Amino acid sequence: MRVSRKVVWLVLLLFAFGMVAGCGGKAGGGKEAAAEEILIGINAELSGAVASYGSNARDGALLAIEQINEQGGILGKKLKAIERDNKSSADEAMSVSADLVTKGIVAQIGPLTSGNVQGCTPVMMDNKIPLIAPAATAVSVTVNEKGETLDYIFRVCFIDPFQGTLMAQFAYDNLGARKAAILKDASNDYSKGLADYFKKTFIEKGGQIVAEEGFIKGDRDFRATLTKIRSLNPDFIYVPGYYEEVAPLIKQARELGINVAIGGGDGWDSPDMVEVAGKANLNNTYFTNHYSVEDPNPKVQEFVKAYRAKYNKDPDAFAALAYDAVQLLVQAIKDANSTNPEDIKNALANIKDFEGVTGKMTIDEQHNPVKAGVIIEFKDGKQVMNTRIEPK
Amino acid sequence: MIMNVFANRWGKLGAEILILAFIFLFVQYFITVGVFNQYHQIIITSLCINIILAVSLNLINGFTGQLSLGHAGFMAVGAYVSVVLTKFMGMPFLVGLVGGCLAAAAAGFVIGVPTLRLKGDYLAIATLGFGEIIRVILQNIEYVGGPAGIVGIPKMTTWGWLFAGVVITIATIQNLINSSYGRAIISVREDEIASEVMGINITSYKVLAFVIGAFFAGLAGGLYAHYFYIIKPETFNFLKSFDVLVMVVLGGLGSTTGAVIAAAFITLLSAALQAFPAIRMIIYALILILLMIYRPQGLMGNKELSVKILGKIWSGKNDAA
Amino acid sequence: MLELMQQIVNGLSLGAIYALIALGYTMVYGIIKLINFAHGDVMMVGAYVGFFSVSMLGTNIVVAMIFAMLACALLGVIIEKVAYKPLRRATRIAALITAIGVSLFLEYTTIFFLTPQQRIFPQGTFPVQDYSLAGISVSNKDIFIFISAILLMVILQFIVKNTKTGKAMRAVSEDKDAAVLMGINVDNTISVTFAIGSALAAAAGVMIGVYYNTINPLMGILPGLKAFVAAVLGGIGIIPGAMVGGFILGILETLVSGYGNSLYRDAVAFGILILILLIKPTGIFGKNTGEKV
Repeated sequence: MRVSRKVVWLVLLLFAFGMVAGCGGKAGGGKEAAAEEILIGINAELSGAVASYGSNARDGALLAIEQINEQGGILGKKLKAIERDNKSSADEAMSVSADLVTKGIVAQIGPLTSGNVQGCTPVMMDNKIPLIAPAATAVSVTVNEKGETLDYIFRVCFIDPFQGTLMAQFAYDNLGARKAAILKDASNDYSKGLADYFKKTFIEKGGQIVAEEGFIKGDRDFRATLTKIRSLNPDFIYVPGYYEEVAPLIKQARELGINVAIGGGDGWDSPDMVEVAGKANLNNTYFTNHYSVEDPNPKVQEFVKAYRAKYNKDPDAFAALAYDAVQLLVQAIKDANSTNPEDIKNALANIKDFEGVTGKMTIDEQHNPVKAGVIIEFKDGKQVMNTRIEPK
Repeated sequence: MIMNVFANRWGKLGAEILILAFIFLFVQYFITVGVFNQYHQIIITSLCINIILAVSLNLINGFTGQLSLGHAGFMAVGAYVSVVLTKFMGMPFLVGLVGGCLAAAAAGFVIGVPTLRLKGDYLAIATLGFGEIIRVILQNIEYVGGPAGIVGIPKMTTWGWLFAGVVITIATIQNLINSSYGRAIISVREDEIASEVMGINITSYKVLAFVIGAFFAGLAGGLYAHYFYIIKPETFNFLKSFDVLVMVVLGGLGSTTGAVIAAAFITLLSAALQAFPAIRMIIYALILILLMIYRPQGLMGNKELSVKILGKIWSGKNDAA
Repeated sequence: MLELMQQIVNGLSLGAIYALIALGYTMVYGIIKLINFAHGDVMMVGAYVGFFSVSMLGTNIVVAMIFAMLACALLGVIIEKVAYKPLRRATRIAALITAIGVSLFLEYTTIFFLTPQQRIFPQGTFPVQDYSLAGISVSNKDIFIFISAILLMVILQFIVKNTKTGKAMRAVSEDKDAAVLMGINVDNTISVTFAIGSALAAAAGVMIGVYYNTINPLMGILPGLKAFVAAVLGGIGIIPGAMVGGFILGILETLVSGYGNSLYRDAVAFGILILILLIKPTGIFGKNTGEKV
């Protein structure tokens, strides 16, 4: 076998390109940080499948940064966000993180989904820069497979087992459900994670799962599956998905005459729920969440007001969690009295009773927040706190 | 002067090996001394993987003329099988990679035999469908993590593996194209009926091209999985197949050098646009449209970039591409 | 039995939506053999025009739909003139890549100006009435969308078969060069085709927006792909084929979800499609043109 001359040339060419890229990147790189600015990387899903979550989270994070700068910054320095789009993909998220790291960020906020955070993990660990994930709920995000905590990865959201278990207990104990059906987003690990833990707990308690069905992100028609579920007569339906799909799903369920209780997770939290599904249809639905936008707590109300003022819309869970992620980072910088990523990491691991919009949280040894969960019920379109579960 | 050296066949092979070795060591040196930081290394990795994908799809779409939209599916098979072999069964990386390639090739065979009877858009839909079927099946296999995929894949893909992967892919496909098999494959693209009359079994040549293309897509998948730490079914959806198709067409259908250049161009463009998060996709789309309008035959047409053409460009006769 | 009937009703209304989009798809394909991947995104733009017409101008749904159709007809013609016309002599696959480019451009320009968040059609845009016929629930939306799909197909078929423009379209589709010799203005004919195809997409977009209440900038991707599948299934380029393909796909998906496993819905649906294609390689209504030697 003979390697042709063309091969040589095109390989040469390839590396000519490589060099150009290398030099181009180099020129733009380097430590840009002026001494009086603290750089925070925002690695969010701004295009691709989950662009709507990423852009809300970005908005939440930018609001927090703006507010802190208005209050004079921190340690006498202003915060500066470097925003990047990861196209909703794990490899792109990794490349964005590597780029942000060369820019001299002290910490990274995002990405949103568990998979994309995991894409960044090796880069953050190699470069020893903390990452705070606003909404990555998979257990495996902060621990490796040996169960050791990943030093530089933190989060401010619940983990899958917490919400799934909580809803199973609530459905079984408070609603008296015995036959549950599960309808999950088959392409989404968050949805599957919640569904798995719901199923486990519900069966352990003595309940029965009569159906486990799926839909796909972007679906708007769920009547086929709902018709099937209707024929199985469950007394509870668990739909751990995001509001974009859940709202029309609930509407169609009610239109098909399914009037049993429906439950879900924090992906439901959006003002769009009521508008799309309709007030009456949402009666007898419950979801687990960190907080409620209707919460009279001034911290929550101030955030909702500021967010509305800046963006002319109501915040959803992503915005609130990303806001808290930035606030948590700021708290850690204060505690550490340093902007050294290593010090920030240590301070983050020791955060106790941090008052965030999404609740009071303490970071545990696996870098998960220990915080109260609430079960929210829709009553005539209003979110009403049904039960509050304090952390164990 | 240089041409004289090349005139000798053995001398030429020697020179080629020398140049390849030089490039390899050059980049390796830059990585070792840290001129290429982690960000650059990630870009180089994406670049090499995209080259393998584009060159292998070009064999199917460009040289054989069969519109396939399922390349991401083969990549997925290669990625998952190689990770199962290395991570779950503890086999060496090479075994994982080869296993992934063979599995992808087998998938290519199973899919190719029935569908390659279809033509044009009907084939496109069938391959797109198979790509999606592979993804949905992976989503529902608990053993490989379902929609969450496999996390914590050991990083084994190094510059050496990538370089070897690119060289082997290009060398294999170039040599295939220049062999009698390759002439038969191209004749299938040019005129199926005439080829058949000439005694060429068009179906078996189509399947051959399809299987080899799938094999290297599997290689790209294996290399990808062992660099990017996590794989999940969503990564390999039909939009990924489109990305590869864009590279192939942009480079010029039936030009391996074109596929390489376009893969490099798209990767670097995407990296360069990272700094403009709000408008990156708009700019990308505009560049795509403009390039196709001004160069519908692709950057290289169906020609290859070679010494001769470079020489012509050098001497001012700009009729190269 | 009752459940089966309900599932078929569900399938028909889902299929009607695919059919609506597939009609425009197949029409554009028929004339210039272009897989117009941007078709789903034109539909999205139509949905947004309809949305703003209803929510900001306060028009009713019929006026909104007319606005959307006009706007998209114009958009379709512009896209054709700017992006596809220069490629008319190039390979079909080059035009396909341009279509992907146009598709991305429409999606992300919309995201840039209107954010990726979904928008919600105001309540009461379309007064919904639910009927229950012997235990089968149907709403007036379903009936409306079903009738629209059939009506539009009939109108399209009439235009193509019985009008002068239609004749020109068929001539251009058959042989562009011969059409020029016959005194047909090919450019105009193609423009008209794009205008009609895009207006159809806009109508479908507004209907989908009203039907499901929400619209977002990426809403065109999935239905666009499904409509393409439906069009190919029916025999691409054939108008009744697109509609039948849409209905078959809708019912297929519904039955897989209802009686099989919804987690495998797309895989099974695609699997059956491939089987149909293997039996009938040019789609259900496709003519099996013998090989010309």
